[in-house]
Amino acid sequence: MARIEAEIGKPQGGFMKWIDDRFPLTKTMKKHVTEYYASKNFNFWYVFGVLAMVVLVIQLLTGIFLTMNYKPSAAEAFASVEYIMRDVEWGWLIRYMHSTGASFFFIVVYLHMFRAMLYGSYKKPRELIWIIGMLIFLVLMAEAFSGYLLPWGQMSYWGAQVIISLFGAVPWIGEALVEIIRGDYSISDITLNRFFALHVIALPLALIGLVFVHIVALHEVGSNNPDGIEIKELKGADGIPLDGVAFHPYHTSKDLVAIIVFLMFFCAVVFFAPEMGGYFLEHANFEPANLTATPEHIAPVWYFTPFYAILRAVPDKLWGFILFGLSVILPLFLPWLDRARVKSIRYRGWIYKAALTIFVITFFALGWLGTQSADPVYVRAAQFFAIIYFAFFILMPYYTTIDKTKPVPERVVYHD
Amino acid sequence: MTSVKRFAGLLVLSACCMTTQAFALGGETDMAAAEIDRDNINSLQRGAANFMNYCSGCHSARYVRYKTIGKDLDLSEEMLIDNLMFNAKETFETILASMPAEDAARWFGTPPPDLSLKARVRGADHIFNFLTTFYVSADSPTGVDNMTLPGTSMPHVLWELQGYQAALFVEHESDGAVTKTFEGFEQVIAGKMDSEDYEDFVRDTVNFLAYIAEPIRSDRRKLGVWVLIFLFFFLIISSMLKKQIWKDVN
Repeated sequence: MARIEAEIGKPQGGFMKWIDDRFPLTKTMKKHVTEYYASKNFNFWYVFGVLAMVVLVIQLLTGIFLTMNYKPSAAEAFASVEYIMRDVEWGWLIRYMHSTGASFFFIVVYLHMFRAMLYGSYKKPRELIWIIGMLIFLVLMAEAFSGYLLPWGQMSYWGAQVIISLFGAVPWIGEALVEIIRGDYSISDITLNRFFALHVIALPLALIGLVFVHIVALHEVGSNNPDGIEIKELKGADGIPLDGVAFHPYHTSKDLVAIIVFLMFFCAVVFFAPEMGGYFLEHANFEPANLTATPEHIAPVWYFTPFYAILRAVPDKLWGFILFGLSVILPLFLPWLDRARVKSIRYRGWIYKAALTIFVITFFALGWLGTQSADPVYVRAAQFFAIIYFAFFILMPYYTTIDKTKPVPERVVYHD
Repeated sequence: MTSVKRFAGLLVLSACCMTTQAFALGGETDMAAAEIDRDNINSLQRGAANFMNYCSGCHSARYVRYKTIGKDLDLSEEMLIDNLMFNAKETFETILASMPAEDAARWFGTPPPDLSLKARVRGADHIFNFLTTFYVSADSPTGVDNMTLPGTSMPHVLWELQGYQAALFVEHESDGAVTKTFEGFEQVIAGKMDSEDYEDFVRDTVNFLAYIAEPIRSDRRKLGVWVLIFLFFFLIISSMLKKQIWKDVN
């Protein structure tokens, strides 16, 4: 032993050095955690990114345990979910966490996206972060949609029937496309199996990959802040941004508080209102899929209803499908639609503030209309709000140019 | 903090949207409330007996195990076997109907639905109203129709208890079209129970149906209280930690 040490030298630096010589552990920790500086004036709106991560983990973990007892077959799926709810130890908790998690995922992601609209987080140099985020949103929608078929209830079946048949509106290849998606002439055991494969393997993999890239891109340019100031432009003598504090322990300790508050809301639903009045778990979905009886009223789960309302507002099937797709995709172009010279709403003029307020009201209104029956009055209202929805995006280059902005301060500002 | 306040406003707004929606989902406004007491174990025990005696001949509850009922409703294995298990030998079995499904479909036109989750699909109020609003109808093959679920193929199984009632309609004529409005029920043949006892009987039965739709309900609510208390303490500790760490930031 002593002879070897004499020859190659005593090991220096211990275990961490041994690792660091072979893997950039300390370097990565510094770059992304202990020496990643983000603005110290982050407010309430800045917690939803980390909360989305928390929900992702909840969904992955509970999903693994659900898969252990769920049977992806038309004959057994519904019964296996009830088996999980009644006979599997703590199965009810796992299942309610997963079903509640699906809705909370969208709540958190919608608020996360709204934050970007408040403070212009999609603007240069963060366009790519926003685009990756939008891709995450699209995958999340596919993940939620494929997952909703799995319990094989009435609403699973008929909801999927309605949405998949939309692709039939595509000219020439529509019918073939629908058959390819279903793998059958109607939604069947085959459809259920492929949706299961997508839901538990393909889409989660894509989701995790995209989330990873989202964060890598974020840490490259640095986080935005409520003032829309690039904190990297003002550094102290030590090279640390004057307005920044390290992600750990500062932001992590702040995020921990946010996570617990979030868990309180989450657990309140899981333990006291898992159906959330028919919004998170639709009543009709407690009845097994019945191919011969259509439910009285087919409505998608709440998080799809704003887009569903737009779909139904258009009388033509193909145009309905196109506008439905556009309504989902349009936010992707925000970095180029928004021509304002400032990022944050704090320094924008009244026009953008008004536009964003109207947009929020429109989004809620469309969401509510999407849960209602296709009554002519509701369809008219949906048409009205759909026009406002598109106008918000299409007119944005114009109204953000003429909007009077205020000067942006050099340093971040605290609001009590 | 202002952003938190603004967000709270948004929450209230969306809550308002939700409540109006809840009313919209309720739909049938003239439906009587079932007024079940989910924590009343005696009511649930009576309901279990009612279910086994009057429902389980035709209806299954195929996801529900006798054992679970015994555990949740404080019934011993002997009590289960002697009083409730007409159609099963072991307590781990689930509730299956005595009547073969093919025969049932042939006799009634449609097989009697499984009742495991009925209360979660329709709601307790709906079932309560369904079981109290059978009325004599000459047009129906079963001799009765139902005000809550018109055209139902279920006969009035509980007629012995409720007796038979007739529905009184008043005809209105406007613009040549005749519309009928329902005015109320009239007892035609008396049953063993008066209407108050009968409603209690149905209430117990519906309570049991609500219980089997989600047997874990009362457990999860009890556990939920502890979970929230735990999170609350954790929140205090984490807030203190955050304050401590941030105290040197201006």
